Amino acid sequence: MAAKLKIRVDQDKCQGHARCKSLAPELFELDEYGNAHEVGDGTVPAGLEDKAWLAQTNCPEIAIEVTEE
Amino acid sequence: MSDAASYLPKHPPVNDWVNDFDHTDPRWTENPFPIWDELRASSPIVHTERFLGCYMPTTYEAVRAIANDTEHFSSRRIIVRDVRPEQLAKAPPITSDPPEHKPAKQLLLPPFTPDAMKKLEPRVRAICNELIDEFIADGKCDAAARYTKHIPVRAIAHMLGIPESDGDLFIQWIHDILERGIKDHETLMKAAEAMDGYFAEHIERRKTQPSDDLITTLMNARDKNGQPLQDEHVRGSLRLLLIAGIDTTWSAIGSSLWHLARTPADRERLAREPKLMPSAVEELLRAYSPVTMAREVVKETSVSGCPVKPGNMVLLSFPAANRDPVMFPDADKVVLDRKENRHAAFGLGIHRCVGSNLARMEMTVALEEWLKRIPDFRLDPAGKVTWSEGTVRGPRQLPMLFGQAA
Repeated sequence: MAAKLKIRVDQDKCQGHARCKSLAPELFELDEYGNAHEVGDGTVPAGLEDKAWLAQTNCPEIAIEVTEE
Repeated sequence: MSDAASYLPKHPPVNDWVNDFDHTDPRWTENPFPIWDELRASSPIVHTERFLGCYMPTTYEAVRAIANDTEHFSSRRIIVRDVRPEQLAKAPPITSDPPEHKPAKQLLLPPFTPDAMKKLEPRVRAICNELIDEFIADGKCDAAARYTKHIPVRAIAHMLGIPESDGDLFIQWIHDILERGIKDHETLMKAAEAMDGYFAEHIERRKTQPSDDLITTLMNARDKNGQPLQDEHVRGSLRLLLIAGIDTTWSAIGSSLWHLARTPADRERLAREPKLMPSAVEELLRAYSPVTMAREVVKETSVSGCPVKPGNMVLLSFPAANRDPVMFPDADKVVLDRKENRHAAFGLGIHRCVGSNLARMEMTVALEEWLKRIPDFRLDPAGKVTWSEGTVRGPRQLPMLFGQAA
């Protein structure tokens, strides 16, 4: 079985480009200023791993951490 | 919006790009990409004595470092010009540094979230189709003058609650400020005054007749002490939204259509695979980023090993950063389904473009509606494509043939 992934948006780095929300709407939500936060505790549901990595590699501020549990 | 060269003071032609660059040189305006490659090959940061002394980082890494360093690089001046007047026209938050920047920016962010843009999308779709209706039967058009130019101005007018029909007035002011203003201070000041007077009137009117629009939202906003914003702050922010929201997106849509007109494989693929649109829009933003900003050095520091001194300007070319092959493999190729694309078209760091979600929506809708109704088009060989000079780069004449003529 593949490792479980967890994501976290670094709030000091996020500037609200919203690329993650566009690429992986299931994994990220935006606040009233348009800044991104991981949904729930950041656990990536099975099947959405590629989207987590896609969001991570397209964030212009390098604000998204993906860790394998 | 005639030939820029006819009235702007002339700069001597550039013979040595590396030591004497000039981003208003006609060759830069026409085709900057090989020039940027030459500069990047020479050094991560170059300098010119023009514009009273100006640096330019040439790599993505150096551009990111400067954008993130608000201690040494101020946004009090964001356009590299021939003159350096002491009196500064503020347009918060783009001209603000910390700590004033954050509260000023937070006021503007909520009206520009992706969800807010979804509500505006039907109006933009209608605007695009109204424009296409006017020329589609002709089989040809100047796509810059008849299409791309009008979409952002009408959309932002709609948001601000000012007449869409005043669009030509806004376009003239912006041309005077962003293009002519680089070399002609008086023209810039006149346009800025006219714009201020226009907004002052709209603000006054809303004091007795509030309305459901962005001007009213700004007038009702409260600062961190619970006080309403001064009229000057409201006018400054409106100035920013109008200036930043119009020829930028006009340019991005125009460059995208220009690319698709001369690249049949990409055009056909995008018409055939509409699901490709989101990544295609990001890639077109990367390859043809319209906006170059600037910073003023306020404290001595170094960039990629090069010392920089207070008082010098820094040309912050996000478009050049986005062509850096270290960051983007095949940087000079448009790859519509590029998987990794941390492009900096909307800036990096705290000054990320407040209208980026609006710009993306407008680009997406403008390309979708054009491709639906005009899937087959090419540049008209009888016409000439011209590009804007200076801070914002995009086609200002874009003659196209389509339908049977294509």
